[in-house]
Amino acid sequence: MQHGKYRFIVGFLTVPLGLYALFVIWPFIQSIYYSFTDWTGLSPDFAMVGFDNYERMLDDDIFWKSLQHSLLFALLLPVVTIGLALFLAFMINVGGRRRRGGPVISGVRGSAFYKIVYFFPQVLSIAIVALLFAFAYNPDSGAINSVLRAVGLDGVQPLWLGDPDLALWAVMAVLVWSTVGFFVVLFSAGMASIPADLYEAALLDGANRVTTFFRVTLPLLWDTVQSGWVYMGILALGAESFAVVQIMTTGPGGPDYSTTVMVLYVYQKAFRDGQAAYATTIGVALLVVTLAFAAVVMKLGRRERLEY
Amino acid sequence: MKTTETPAPVPAESGAAVTKAGAPGGGEPARHKREGTVLNVFSHGILVIWAIMVVMPLVWAVMTSFKDDASIFGSPWSLPDTLHFDNWSRAWTQAHMSDYFLNTVLVVGGSLVGTLVLGSMAAYVLARFDFPGNRFIYYLFIGGMSFPVMLALVPLFYVVNNMGLLNTIHGLILVYIAYSLPFTVFFLTAFFRTLPSSVAEAAFVDGASHTRTFFQIMLPMAKPGLISVGIFNFLGQWNQYMLPTVLNTDEDKHVLTQGLVQLAVSQGYKGDWSGLFAGLVMAMLPVLAAYIVFQRQVVQGLTAGALK
Repeated sequence: MQHGKYRFIVGFLTVPLGLYALFVIWPFIQSIYYSFTDWTGLSPDFAMVGFDNYERMLDDDIFWKSLQHSLLFALLLPVVTIGLALFLAFMINVGGRRRRGGPVISGVRGSAFYKIVYFFPQVLSIAIVALLFAFAYNPDSGAINSVLRAVGLDGVQPLWLGDPDLALWAVMAVLVWSTVGFFVVLFSAGMASIPADLYEAALLDGANRVTTFFRVTLPLLWDTVQSGWVYMGILALGAESFAVVQIMTTGPGGPDYSTTVMVLYVYQKAFRDGQAAYATTIGVALLVVTLAFAAVVMKLGRRERLEY
Repeated sequence: MKTTETPAPVPAESGAAVTKAGAPGGGEPARHKREGTVLNVFSHGILVIWAIMVVMPLVWAVMTSFKDDASIFGSPWSLPDTLHFDNWSRAWTQAHMSDYFLNTVLVVGGSLVGTLVLGSMAAYVLARFDFPGNRFIYYLFIGGMSFPVMLALVPLFYVVNNMGLLNTIHGLILVYIAYSLPFTVFFLTAFFRTLPSSVAEAAFVDGASHTRTFFQIMLPMAKPGLISVGIFNFLGQWNQYMLPTVLNTDEDKHVLTQGLVQLAVSQGYKGDWSGLFAGLVMAMLPVLAAYIVFQRQVVQGLTAGALK
């Protein structure tokens, strides 16, 4: 297998690696460098300014708001989404009526149907989902408030995205709506591969289903839950939160900066305000937050791998 | 979850059965049966509610796309009086949905083929050949999965601009490929490692070159992996919003997602909401239809990475 090996390796790696280095790696390195300059992005001239951008960032109230919101996204969204998904997946896989002679634990009738339907939002673009909900949240003609009117709650007509206290939660709810289905399907696949004997043994030992869930199902699914957690957190800090906040909220990021997130702030500083260097500084902060988040989840979640 | 707990203290006649020592006594099946039924009703209830919550916004969008503007505002949940197909034709021609579709097909078609070819080339070399720097290059690719893309986008805009690729279809294709490589390489490297090496060795002994072995033997063997990662990339690239928003600002070159967002802004001034909803549904339905037809493959493709 040695003949012409290196020529082959070089031939096969050059194009993919070159493309990747040029469009991904090189810009990353550049942006860390730019964060120490006063580059506007509009002209090619710039000078080194040391840590000025970082000092400015620490005094920037909007930056702190965006950091706060991004952290809330990264911490709360995975908890809610994964919690809800685990609950629904457990119901799908364990909630079945016991049939005579059948296994002790069985899935509900129509479990395949539920999984198909729950997965719908996952195949839609987050941009389309965001647009759809921007209209659903419309206080006058939106789907949500008119449902409230229809059930007699005429007094409860929130402004949703127009209310600084509600807007962030309204946006987060959309991300939960669009990602739960993916995790339900993911966890269902994991639950289905847990041998039925384990459940039977637990039930014979007198465990009820809640105990079974926490003592049997969850520990055996832990690896999947953990990688799902990291995956969801990275999405919530990055592309997904950018799309929903940029499309749905007024401003975007409003009202009154109540929904702005770091990734949106980077975009606005670079491409709206012509402060490319400062934008990369916030971007570096976002990188630090993302890596710290992944490291913390991996470390907290580490436990012995269970074989079954 | 309360309902599942209540039966536990009840069975006085079969108290022993609940304890750890007890073999299933006379009352045991009855207890399980009742618990099973209550749980069954409860879990179906929850599952149906979530299914409704997923489907209703989509149904609402489809209904709205057939209504005229007056009834969209007057009664958001009423059925359309007649099916206003003119909304759809207006969206398709006047609102440039046809152009957006064409652009998206071109961009995604080009990037999907490029991603699969370049990704499998790199992954094959990294999975099958020992050479200095192999691990380093592998982790360089993998690292791209957890870095916030927005950080790189600020300098990337200028890199792409300087190369004269800004607002071009082929420029967008190259960037899509570069940002799809991390996951593709990660997934396919794992896949190529699972393939038996004996076939490739036999081909090599028979005088086939490395390149020929790859294209004629290994690639066909890797078909299941290519399909999974292909579906994953297809949906990711079709639904991509952040990259085109930054790198593709020319309205004639817009892809579907940004075209729709653009439409939402401009139709806001014109007040043509029905046209906008028709556009939204138009963008939604093909993906949903494809998902329902290829349901199993899509779910496999999207969850494959997380289960690894």
